[in-house]
Amino acid sequence: MIELAGVGKTFNPGRDNEFHAVREVSLSIEAGRVTALRGPSGSGKTTLLGLIGGLTRPSVGRVRLHGRDISALPERFLTALRRDTFGFVFQQFQLIRDLSVLDNVMLPAVPTGRAHADIHARALRLLDEVGLGQRAAARVQWLSGGEAQRAAIARALINDPSVILADEPTAHLDSALSRQILEILAELRRRGRTLVIASHDPLVFEMDLVERVVDLRDGRVLTVHGLSTVPMDKSACRP
Amino acid sequence: MNTWIERQRGLLDTTVANLRRRKARNLGLFMAYVLLVFLLASVVLFGDGMRREARLLLEVAPELVVQRLTAGRHDLMPAQWLERIAGLRGVAAVEGRLWGYHHDAAVGANLTLQVPKEAAPAAGRVHLGATLARLRGLAPGDVLSLRDHAGQPHAFVVEALLDSRSELVSADLVLLCEADFRAFFGIGAGLYTDAALRVVNPLETRTVAEKVLARLPATRVISREEMRRTYDAVFNWRQGLPLMVLSVLLAAFALLAWDKASGLSAEERREIGILKALGWDSGDVLAMKLWEGALLSVLAFLLGYTLAWLHVYYAGAPLFEPVLKGWSVLYPRFALAPEVDISRIVSLALLTVLPYVAATLVPVWRAATLDPDEVMRE
Amino acid sequence: MALFSARRGSGLAAWLLAGSLACLLLVLVDASRMAEERTRERAHGRALVARVGLTDLALFNEARYTRHLSQADRHAAFQDHPGALEHFPAGSLAGPARPSP
Repeated sequence: MIELAGVGKTFNPGRDNEFHAVREVSLSIEAGRVTALRGPSGSGKTTLLGLIGGLTRPSVGRVRLHGRDISALPERFLTALRRDTFGFVFQQFQLIRDLSVLDNVMLPAVPTGRAHADIHARALRLLDEVGLGQRAAARVQWLSGGEAQRAAIARALINDPSVILADEPTAHLDSALSRQILEILAELRRRGRTLVIASHDPLVFEMDLVERVVDLRDGRVLTVHGLSTVPMDKSACRP
Repeated sequence: MNTWIERQRGLLDTTVANLRRRKARNLGLFMAYVLLVFLLASVVLFGDGMRREARLLLEVAPELVVQRLTAGRHDLMPAQWLERIAGLRGVAAVEGRLWGYHHDAAVGANLTLQVPKEAAPAAGRVHLGATLARLRGLAPGDVLSLRDHAGQPHAFVVEALLDSRSELVSADLVLLCEADFRAFFGIGAGLYTDAALRVVNPLETRTVAEKVLARLPATRVISREEMRRTYDAVFNWRQGLPLMVLSVLLAAFALLAWDKASGLSAEERREIGILKALGWDSGDVLAMKLWEGALLSVLAFLLGYTLAWLHVYYAGAPLFEPVLKGWSVLYPRFALAPEVDISRIVSLALLTVLPYVAATLVPVWRAATLDPDEVMRE
Repeated sequence: MALFSARRGSGLAAWLLAGSLACLLLVLVDASRMAEERTRERAHGRALVARVGLTDLALFNEARYTRHLSQADRHAAFQDHPGALEHFPAGSLAGPARPSP
């Protein structure tokens, strides 16, 4: 579904603080499965997630979605992809302070121009599903970490994306809350969504959720293997 | 089309939610904005109203006034000069005017003593401007005592008060008859303060003025047009009184806009990054900020303008009174001609709304065109 | 849902805009009403200007050259003392009458 071919990302190229966050990554993400990017902090997980989801453009290489090269798309189309195809769950939640939970969840749907009533109803339903129905009117800074993460997941789902990208979804949560979040992600997989999770939390890999693990270090892919199913044929990942 | 409207409404919803977030800050900004528009609009409304009032009042002033100059100074004009002017072609009538100043030590005010062209009071009687009458507490039948040029007290009986609706031109006027005037100031029978001319053809006023100057080179001729332009200049919003106030206001405005334009807080940049990451186009972010700027400034403009209207036309422009009053003791009560000009409103709006909106958009545009990733990382 | 429900931000904004536009409309209506009234009142001032032969507004009567701005000598402000650039507040607001272009 998503293919990365020789993708690299360099920040501040040509300057003193030049930094290669991702180097020569070739990888394919399969539809309807859960892929995890694993590696210590600084290994390039977040950047790779951003490259997959069109948050940032690769410095070299190509990213293809359904066979179409998206790395060279004009900003407008890339934005539309981010809005309609991908749902992001960021590491720091990235909710907008002082807005209500409901407003935050509705935000990605505003530029779609869908009827307000529909968006409103869908946002409320999603909040119910993640167990935040009672907190819809609360301001996001009043939420606990677990609640904030669930609000962020509801927000990622508002435009009904086919791919969910989650960056360290359990980073700030204790085990019980982490399980709760992972349970929600598992439910999304059951509904046929493609999930890409960047994490180094062992809990993520203990649960019967992740199907493929991509191990990263220093911006490079070390290994790709399956979990809980038979190990994947590595060659399948190299187009 | 529906999608477009729904999207704009959604953006506007978000804008309002955004404005509500930092209530105190946004309310403060809004109040400052309203205050600026209020002052600016007050200046313009007052200046325009004043100019119009002056123009309409002075429409019936003498067409030409001729002063005699002696060594560059205004001097009394001999009666023979009036005859020489009257002999010029194109002059319909010439009248010697008699007017002068008297410092009234009792109230510390300068009075203008003048002999009216027609309907002069009887000897020993005066007509008083309403402002002066109020200040001295005089009513018809009372006695106004003034010291003449020789220090002798003259007691004038107040025959009538000039209509208080004419205060703008009559605040300090003391109208008296010619004999009293000459006796009071010690001016001989053959002399006048200046001459007022009526011309046969108003279109030839200038030609007549040139003829007067040719025959009597030691004069200065002042046309009605010049009188009008004098007040136009005083109350023109691009010069004179309004300019002083205006320049301060515009400086304040520039500060406000500069504060906006000089950059976004890290928080604001991060939020723009989040929105972009969530699938907001640069155009969506800009549209939202455009709504924000437009909403704030249009509301502030309309509110400020309405308040300015109340200030100038219902409260009597108390903010400008001290400036206009200066050191003078006599200050007339007057109403202004209402001057609401759509084009003036539009230019005022452009002067206040556009720079503000532009100033808010520039930094947002810079942030909105960055990669969301870059903005969020900062 | 009503078209302009104040519960939605855009509805609130529409109400506020409508309200302030109504204020502007009231100002315009008030101006035309007031114009007639002022024309009636101004007739008294105009009658006096014509009767007496007045040339100026009695607005700044602090100094003789500010009381009759259009009649003042061009150099009136310097008369009292060569160094006296300006003495009275009103003088700083008003320039001398300018000759016809």
